[in-house]
Amino acid sequence: MVPATHYLALAAILFAIGALGVIIRRNVITMFMCVELMLNAVNLTFITFSRFLNQVDGQIFVFFVMTVAAAEAAVGLALIVLLSRRTDTLDVDQANTMKW
Amino acid sequence: MDINYTAVLPEIILSLFGILIMILIPFTPKARQSALGFVALFGMVLALICVTAQCGATGLVFFGMIFQDYFGQFCKILFLFASAAIVLVSINYLEREKLPYGEFFSLLLFATVGMLLMATSADLIMTFLGLEVLSISTYVLAGFKEGEMKSTESALKYFLLGAFSSGFLLYGIAFVYGAAGSTKYLKIAQVIEASENYPLTLFLGLGLMVVGFGFKASLAPFHVWTPDVYEGAPVPITAHLAVGSKAAAFVALVRVLYQVLPELSQHWQAILWVSAVLTMAIGNIAALAQTNIKRMLAYSSIAHAGYLLVGLTAHNRLGTQSILFYLVAYALMTLGAFAVVQVIGREGEKYIGIDDYSDLGYRYPFLSIALSVFLISLAGIPATGGFMGKLFLFAAAMQSEMYWLVVIAVIASAIGIYYYLRVIVFMYMGESKDEGTPIIVPTPVRIVIAIMVVGTFYLGIFPGTFLHLASKAVSF
Repeated sequence: MVPATHYLALAAILFAIGALGVIIRRNVITMFMCVELMLNAVNLTFITFSRFLNQVDGQIFVFFVMTVAAAEAAVGLALIVLLSRRTDTLDVDQANTMKW
Repeated sequence: MDINYTAVLPEIILSLFGILIMILIPFTPKARQSALGFVALFGMVLALICVTAQCGATGLVFFGMIFQDYFGQFCKILFLFASAAIVLVSINYLEREKLPYGEFFSLLLFATVGMLLMATSADLIMTFLGLEVLSISTYVLAGFKEGEMKSTESALKYFLLGAFSSGFLLYGIAFVYGAAGSTKYLKIAQVIEASENYPLTLFLGLGLMVVGFGFKASLAPFHVWTPDVYEGAPVPITAHLAVGSKAAAFVALVRVLYQVLPELSQHWQAILWVSAVLTMAIGNIAALAQTNIKRMLAYSSIAHAGYLLVGLTAHNRLGTQSILFYLVAYALMTLGAFAVVQVIGREGEKYIGIDDYSDLGYRYPFLSIALSVFLISLAGIPATGGFMGKLFLFAAAMQSEMYWLVVIAVIASAIGIYYYLRVIVFMYMGESKDEGTPIIVPTPVRIVIAIMVVGTFYLGIFPGTFLHLASKAVSF
């Protein structure tokens, strides 16, 4: 059987890629997808723990996370549509009317 | 530990009223939509009655997902009170800015449900769901002024960083779950207490959870979104972010640290010590340079999160008690200050620069005196609630022998006095300017401001009652 650390390491790598993507990328859609990647990395962690602890709690948590991610996607995409209508781009650096 | 709907009745009522308002929107004539605000208010009053009736009930309810205790009930009453004040203030605001009523009030009700769940949750799943219900409603509310770039920008920034931070929070929860094998608060605490050496995942979980909550409560170094989001959001929502949303994140953090991870206190105390110093320093110093009052109050709210952290770091009975007391005082003065800012802003929020407050003192005595009271209280000058709250928070840190932290906190709040008093100086001694549009103070806003002024003085002069209530509320 594959040990738990392998799954956890994979999840950690995915989470790091997601977090870095949010920081480095400037396209809103890409940033948003990176956030989703982070959430999925968390889901993988939950499932791993759930499997190795022989419990279902973690898997139930994953359902909640997916539901919340869907709700977040609805709101987030609506906001992205607003931004693109207003600035004609998806570059977050265009949203810079307020500074310091 | 069984299903008990009466325990979550306030949340059920609020959700039902939120849905009811959405159903009522198409059936209400355009001219009478403002009545929906009173529907929301009615729902909140009903929920408040329910919470008051439940006061004293204790135990784990709703399949062990919800705590019933004085602490939760105290916070619930505070949150409902704050949300009701925001509803009262925003009815006229929405009319003035020509924004839709129904969606605003139903979202505000859902946000309140999230806050209540965060205050009473006994399970990390519930805490996460409460936080998300609050956050997702607030993302939309921050961008409510659809026609304005600033508002859209504020919502977008809040959304991206909020979703980013909830990723961290979730990852932290996952690690704590992995280390303890449960998401229930009391179960985790038991497992940690029984174990001899703690696994690495537990520490990772603690760190990531502090990051997640730190974002929501705008603790440095996770505060960067705060000024932009507060500036761009509609004023009543800025007040909601500064009071309700922040207080809910704080209360949830108190529960997680004190009830779930008390065994790790020396580790998190070290993290929070540093964060408290940074938060107070950054909040107060950056506020000095602001020319926009909403931005200044945003930095001020960061600074106040720092003072609350001082009480949290202390980790003793007096600390918890004073956090609750300070949350009440902070809610009163901040809601009041934003109510005044909203009225003075006039149509389109055109007058929100600090120099727009120049010479208002004699022309609008009621507003100026009220704003002066709130600012004096925020600055922490005696006879006001802000002073008493700070006194208790710092006394708690003294009790835990954190003398340096108290010294830094006192210096930081001394710096703070400058920028609060600057606004008052502008109001009473500033050069007279072109008057602009006359200011109209609608009756509901006047009532809210008056209540907040009286409350601020009451807490400052007779702190005993609330301190006693807060001490009863410290049940862990």
